[in-house]
Parts: sequence; structure tokens; C-alpha cells
Amino acid sequence: MGKEMKKYRGSANYIVSEELMNSVNIAIALGKPLLLKGEPGTGKTMLAQSIAEALNMRLIIWNIKSTTKAQEGLYVYDTVQRLYDSQFGEGDVSNIKQYIKLGKLGEAFVSDEQVVLLIDEIDKADLEFPNDLLWELDQMSFYIPETKETIVAKHRPIVIITSNAEKELPDAFLRRCIFHYIAFPTPEEMEKIVRVHHPDIDRKLLEQAMEAFYMLRSLPNIQKKPSTSELIDWLQALVIGGIKPSRIKQELPFLGVLLKKNEDLDVVLNQLYNKNQNKNATTYISGSINRFRV
Amino acid sequence: MFTDFYYVLKAYGVPVSMNEWYTLMEALEKGLAGSSLTGFYYLCRSVLVKTEAHYDRFDLAFAHYFKDVETPEGLPEKIWEWLDKELPEMEITEEMRRNHRQLDLDELKRMLEERLREQTEEHHGGNYWIGTGGTSPFGHSGYHPGGIRIGGQSRNLSAVKVAGMRRFQEFRTDETLGVRQFQVALRKLRQFTSRLDGQKTELDLDGTINKTCQNAGRLELVWERPRENSIKVLLLMDAGGSMTVYSRLCNQLFTAVNKSNHFKDLKVFYFHNCIYDWLFHTPHCSLSDYTETEYVLKTYDPEYRVIIVGDASMAPYELTRVGGVIDWELYNDKPGIEWLRRIRRKFEYSVWLNPIPRDYWEWTDGAFTIKKIAEIFPMEELTVDGLERAIKKLRSRQAVANL
Repeated sequence: MGKEMKKYRGSANYIVSEELMNSVNIAIALGKPLLLKGEPGTGKTMLAQSIAEALNMRLIIWNIKSTTKAQEGLYVYDTVQRLYDSQFGEGDVSNIKQYIKLGKLGEAFVSDEQVVLLIDEIDKADLEFPNDLLWELDQMSFYIPETKETIVAKHRPIVIITSNAEKELPDAFLRRCIFHYIAFPTPEEMEKIVRVHHPDIDRKLLEQAMEAFYMLRSLPNIQKKPSTSELIDWLQALVIGGIKPSRIKQELPFLGVLLKKNEDLDVVLNQLYNKNQNKNATTYISGSINRFRV
Repeated sequence: MFTDFYYVLKAYGVPVSMNEWYTLMEALEKGLAGSSLTGFYYLCRSVLVKTEAHYDRFDLAFAHYFKDVETPEGLPEKIWEWLDKELPEMEITEEMRRNHRQLDLDELKRMLEERLREQTEEHHGGNYWIGTGGTSPFGHSGYHPGGIRIGGQSRNLSAVKVAGMRRFQEFRTDETLGVRQFQVALRKLRQFTSRLDGQKTELDLDGTINKTCQNAGRLELVWERPRENSIKVLLLMDAGGSMTVYSRLCNQLFTAVNKSNHFKDLKVFYFHNCIYDWLFHTPHCSLSDYTETEYVLKTYDPEYRVIIVGDASMAPYELTRVGGVIDWELYNDKPGIEWLRRIRRKFEYSVWLNPIPRDYWEWTDGAFTIKKIAEIFPMEELTVDGLERAIKKLRSRQAVANL
């Protein structure tokens, strides 16, 4: 490795797996976009922040919505402003350049230093959206016909793209990406992640809560499985509520924090009810749920 | 040297393109695999595999191809300790590169064993002993083309083992899954036509502003055709007795199709085993409630995408004979196969989804009729993968074979 290469090794507030770290470094070294997929709450968006922080670069975020067009990422020609200016005699109307506003991608290209560009939730956009960006991401340049200018990236930005798999991305686009699927954290990894957010949580409490959490995730009939962020919120709730660790698994207090769907709550409560029936301990399952009647 | 691996991947159904293969070669040249099999595994996977649905296939292919390669295990604890100390990366000169001849794995292993016997202390740098840095083939953070990495970034687990664990099995899309997956697949069945036909009835605001501004303020209206999905779907479902086993699966598909509100039109009909003169409105296939197949063939335009769901398994006479219909009170003067052919001829965008897994098509009771019907309609199994393939076929005209 002749040239000094930037290597990402994770940052203080983000736990990164070895695999993911490898993928990031491969993407950086090859100058290709890194496409991240994974369940919601596995930290896809956080990764870009962490990379920017660790490598001390600026982070540019391009949030994709269903109406976003590829063109908007490159530049917008503000014809309306130009019309106003011409009518009120302000500014230099003949200089079209000042009405060209660069989009997020354009901004990343002209930056004097290498930046991290996050294209968030690319699958939200139209099916053709990724294809419209092929050339720009490949060549890292685009042409502005209005000013006859070509914008070329001064430094190839590190491009991170996230997708929630709502749509399949086109093959041509995929071929140009480095792909990584973030698997759901294993209990050991999860413990590390939790420790980042709650450094001094009671070990016993964490242990019990994690067991309950993974038990819930493993139930086959759950439609929306609880994710990392929900676990963290739940732990917070447990700590504030002063719940004894021994009660967690039996009663699943504040279940509403973990499960957001009525059907899911019903499934879990039914199971819990059946289990506890023999012990005659069904009277107070959880204060937060009143739909449940014995 | 890995060219075989490319073909192994293809054989296992991982769609690798030359493009990606070149990228991999480039990456290897840059030393991104970190000269360890684990590093190589992750490198290959991130460059070559583009969906988690193929992770499992990739793992299988990798395990198959590299099963004979093993990284030495059971190293003395002490050596791990020496290796735990990381060194800054080192500069590699041309000369160093030349000095190394490529060692093959057997030779390396033999040498490592020898070295393990001889070595009694910590080494960093240098070109012989096990340690960090340096150019000895053993250890980490050093440089040796094709050396054995011990410790450092790579883990105690060999890549073949990681691959062998098949952690991503659950993401295989050829498994049958739920409504949501079907819905996602069905979502691909769409065709936005702002360009093809229809009146320009929508005001294109951006276009209008742009044009007006370019005209220095003189208003110019720009109209657009509304973007609409033009796909119309005709769903024909077998409600016969042999389908009861698959009712759950069919229900899931049915729910998904119904929930997909992006179709311009959706018509559902039922039939019993094979299609004859009648298409029924309810799964009970009662003779008081039906539309004539003839009517459907005459009035529905050929742009309808036809999805037929059925096990295609019946007695041969039900398909080929006049009067072969299974229901006692009915009589058909055209054999079922004739109706199927007519449907196929009229609706070029049509597929047959079969809930029987493809592997059994040749062995199940209805093998004969399955084969016959598969000659008429492109047939796919009713899984998420199968549905996706079917939808691909529905998007483009399929060649109509010898009807």
C-alpha cells in the first residue's frame, strides 16, 4: 500500500462489526459507493456519521423522498429568481452562473476537502432514480448545459447509500456498488451497543431485558419486530420506572415501548397469559396496557 | 487463478458479472483482502454479492470452492500475545516484492510448524520469525504475498467456516414467505405511462414556471399526462379440491394482490381444476354465479396481465377430452386444453403460478398435465422468487410457443 490510505476503524459512539469495517474500507479504497441494507434500527445512517467523525471529514446528507429527482442532487437552475432580478433590476441577470444552485451531490463534488456523502433511503425514490445517477457516481462529474460548465469532483467523496429494501434497485446500479447487509446484532454485540447508550446500567437488569427482547424477536407471529432503538428506549423506561430485574421477564412492563402494533401486543399478551395462568399471577400484566382483561 | 471460482459462483446461482469480477481483481491487487482467507471472503462477498438474498448461495459456493483450505489452528497462546501488538503499516518496495517467491500453502504450513518448534521469543519486524510487521510469511501487519496471517485483523475463525455456518439462510427468497413479501414483489408489476397515451390534463408546474421565466415573464402553460399505472390484472384461481393443501399460500397471494391498490383494474375469477366454458365469481364455483369464458376472451383487452394460480394437476382426460370436466352436472364441448390455448393466445402477458414446488413437478400425480400446461403458459412455482420471475415475464411479451 504505497499511498497512505484512509482507514476506518470505528468511532467512540458507534459499535462497528469487523465485517462492516472491512466493507467500508474496501469501498473507500476502490472509490465505489457503499450500499447498506438491513433491518430498520441497525444503524445504517449512523454509520455515515461515524465514518465522517472518525476520518474527520464533513458529512453531507442527501435525504431521498418519493418525489426526489436525480437532477436535484446535481444542480437546480433558479429561473424564478432570475426573473425577479430582471424585473426589479437587481443582480447581474446575464450571469447565469449565480442562478445555478448546486445540489447535495454537486456540493460534495466541489468541496475542497474529501467529504462523506450519505444518500439516505435511496429506495424511497422512483424506480429509475438510481439509474439516473450511474454516470455521475461512476465518473464523479456532471455537465451543466446552461453555463457550459463541467463539475468534476476535486476529491472523490466517500459515498454511503442506505436502502430499506422497499424496492429492488436496478442491476446496473448494483454492479457499481460495494454491498453490505447489516445483520441484526447478536446478543454480545447488542450488549456493547447498549453500553454506549447506558454506560452504567445494572448488569442483572440488562441481562433480563435482553433475554426478554430476543425472546420477543424470536416469536414467529410478530409483525414488526422490536429493533435496537426500541430496546434502548425500553431500558430507559425500565430504569426510570425502577423495575426489579426479576419482574422483567415475567411481566414485560412497558411493552408498548417495544411493540408498536396492536396485533403484536395481543400475540404476546396471550402467550404471557397462558404461561402465567397456572401461577395465578395475571392480575397486573402491565400498567400501560388496559385492553387486556383476565 | 480464481477463474474457476467465478464459474462455481454462477453454478450456485449468484449472478456475477464481469464488471464485478474486474473490481474484485483490482481490489486484490490493492491488497484489500489482507492476505487472509477471511479477508478474502468478506472482500468477495461485498464486491460480488448485491443482495442479502444471495448471501446463502455465496456461502455455499465459497465453502464448496475453498473447503480444502484451512488456516492453522491451535497456535500456542504465547504466539497470539506476540501478535496482539500492532505495528504501523510499512512501505513496500519493488525490491521486497521481488525477494519473495510465492510459497504454496502446504509448504507454508510445513514451514510454520518448523518455525513454531524453533521460535522461543517475541519478534517484530524481520523476515523469518513469527511476529508483527516484517516480511516473514507468518504473522500480521507485515507483508508477504501469500503468507499466513496469524491473528491481527483476521479472526480465529477461518472464512470457510464462516461460510459454512450459512448464517444468511433465512434470507433465501426461494422460501415461501408472507403477504408482505408477495406485495413487494407485486409492486414491481407496474408501468407508469405518462408518455404513451391519454390526454395532457395535468399542469406541469415546474415546466410552466421554467418556460415562463425563460420567456421573461410571459405566461406559458405546460401540460403533462398524469403518471398512472396502466397495468390491469386478471387473476384466475383454482379452487379445486387438490388446492386445499395450498390454501394458506394462495390466501397470502390473494391478500397481497388485493392489497396492491396500484393496479388500474383487478378482476378475479375461480375455476375448478381446469378452465372450461365458465369462470366463476366465488371459490365455490357454483353454477348460478359465473361469467362465460367466451365473454372474457372477447371483451377484455389483451393488455390485461393474466395470472393463473393452480396446481395444474388433474386427470389427463380433464385436460384433453370433450366432456372431461370433473363436475358431474357440467358438460364441456371443447377440451380444457383448448380453452387454455385460447386464453394464452389472447393474453400474451400471462403466467401460471404453481404452488407445488418445482422439484416435484416431474414426480407428482399430475406430472403429465403439469408438463402439458407448462408448454402453454410459462410456469413458475408460487414462492416469492417464483412470483418475481413471473412478474418479470409479465412485463414483457413472452413468445407464444406452438399453439
